[in-house]
Amino acid sequence: MPIVYVARRLLMAVPTLLGVVVFIFVLLRVVPGDPIAMMIPGEATPQDIANLRAVYGLDRSIGEQFVIYIGNLLRGDFGESISVKQNVLSLVLDRLPATFELAFVAMVMAIVIGLSFGIIAVYWRRRWPEYAVDAANAIALSLPEFIWGLILILALSVMWPLFPISGRIDPVQAADFKTQFYLFESLLTGRLSLLREVLEYMFLPAVSLALPLAAVIARVLKTSLMEGIGQDYVLLARVKGLSPLRVLLRHVLPNALVSTITITGLHFTFLVGGTVLVELIFSYPGIGNMLYGAAINRDLPLLQGVTIIFAVIFILLNLLIDISYTLVNPRVRLA
Amino acid sequence: MSELRTSLWHSIRINPQLWIGGAAFAAIVAIAALAPWLAGHDPMEQDLLSQHLPPFWLPENNPSFPLGTDSLGRDILSRLIWGTRPVLLVMVLGATLSGMLGVVVGLLSGHFGGWLDDAIGRLIEVFMSFPPMLLAIVLVAVTGPGLDAVVMAIVLIGWTRFARVIRGEVLVLREQDFITAARVLGYGHRRILFRELMPNIAPIALALFALEMGRAIVVEAVLAFIGFSASDVPTWGGIIADGRSYVYQAWWVMTLPVICIMISVLALSMFADGLRKAIDPMMQR
Repeated sequence: MPIVYVARRLLMAVPTLLGVVVFIFVLLRVVPGDPIAMMIPGEATPQDIANLRAVYGLDRSIGEQFVIYIGNLLRGDFGESISVKQNVLSLVLDRLPATFELAFVAMVMAIVIGLSFGIIAVYWRRRWPEYAVDAANAIALSLPEFIWGLILILALSVMWPLFPISGRIDPVQAADFKTQFYLFESLLTGRLSLLREVLEYMFLPAVSLALPLAAVIARVLKTSLMEGIGQDYVLLARVKGLSPLRVLLRHVLPNALVSTITITGLHFTFLVGGTVLVELIFSYPGIGNMLYGAAINRDLPLLQGVTIIFAVIFILLNLLIDISYTLVNPRVRLA
Repeated sequence: MSELRTSLWHSIRINPQLWIGGAAFAAIVAIAALAPWLAGHDPMEQDLLSQHLPPFWLPENNPSFPLGTDSLGRDILSRLIWGTRPVLLVMVLGATLSGMLGVVVGLLSGHFGGWLDDAIGRLIEVFMSFPPMLLAIVLVAVTGPGLDAVVMAIVLIGWTRFARVIRGEVLVLREQDFITAARVLGYGHRRILFRELMPNIAPIALALFALEMGRAIVVEAVLAFIGFSASDVPTWGGIIADGRSYVYQAWWVMTLPVICIMISVLALSMFADGLRKAIDPMMQR
């Protein structure tokens, strides 16, 4: 019964979410370091400090603070940012589309690169394309997104000036958009030159996110395809006179995709987490960069809001991935 | 003597990763130890008249700054050399502490099972609900920048990797006959944990440790990149941050520390593979 399974998985996410909320509270309030002292200038008087503490409720006991904090979260109130003086939730929601589009483009790239490399390696197995794919995989996997981002900046923007390395769009053109979904908006309204520009800005950050995942996909797909081509049904299909490429794509690939999708799901959260880093390197205005701003300005409510929203996204993603396994592979449901 | 030499050669031939990775690690240690003698300049010394000098293979270089200078006219070679010290400190300390914490938690969780295992499992799940770098940035934002904060951040995001793997290993081991025998003989928990289980998880823990050192370098570099690491000593990530701002004027400033980090990370992951191969008899075919 998939519905029972989905309901049970949803219930299991509740204690995790509670744990996340408690953990963030402990990290931000109990860890040594005074949140007020870190956000005020040096010339503030003790009276200023006391006033500010009262404004943010930090003069109360830890227990009281915790109750207020949970109460506010339950009402969807993430407080007001100290540095920007705006509602935290609306600030984060305003930035979320940028991160979402980046992760989306990176995932599409990872799947396209990963699938084609996996298929190429198996179709030309025991020849140079397989060895080249293996070598590329090993290199892509052993370096993190941070290093890939910097290498791409040096190669495709400094040495060979093809792509911009900062921001999401030329600030002048940002006014042309009504929503924060630059990619989808320009696509749906058919403004192709604008779309091209958006993709140019997104290209390098997306590739640095996509490379490690693409390597994982290529490797898993290659292994499952290799297992597949040894099976009897492949021999049968060949005997029936189908070409090797057709057998590979029509008969072996669909079976191999199940395990590939499973592993891809597991690693997709790594890609989403990697946006934090990649946004920093490319000054890309998503929520990762907002986290950086909040950290630099010691903006406690904003820091807290970004952290909680990221955790909620992570938990929901894991949930979605788990549920989609049961759709792809009914055997998982038994577990 | 010649016997020793042939056995060394044999070892290098069957497990080159171990030796290449180990040599690279030894080189970092040596450079860090000898930094005052290797570096030609004070790494913090500014010379605003010689900003962004190119390295020796480009025209208009200055031979006294072999790898050029950064935006404040500081000698990049000396900064890279001195930068090995925070790198070494952070990777050894960060990996050791997260390894110790993770191994102990994993051992206890796998060995005792029951409510303890459930609680630890929940805790790990909470930690896995955040992108690791996000946790690191939030922690350093709260505690304030510095190398000790960087080490804490590495431990905060690193221990779960050890705990998960070790727990899984222990769950497999506890079903094996030698653990059952130890129980039947009436050995206490401490003896089973440290004398029976520990030696069996040591190889995998050691390999994870080598990988964690590589990750620690990257975490430090990222935190230094956003100005959250030490500010009084040069770090590789700090040089990258400076170079990123002027990448079109002076590409070499960013390139050189990136190469250092790449080599270190690749060497440590080779070292980890080599260690596993050397210690784990199952992998020696």
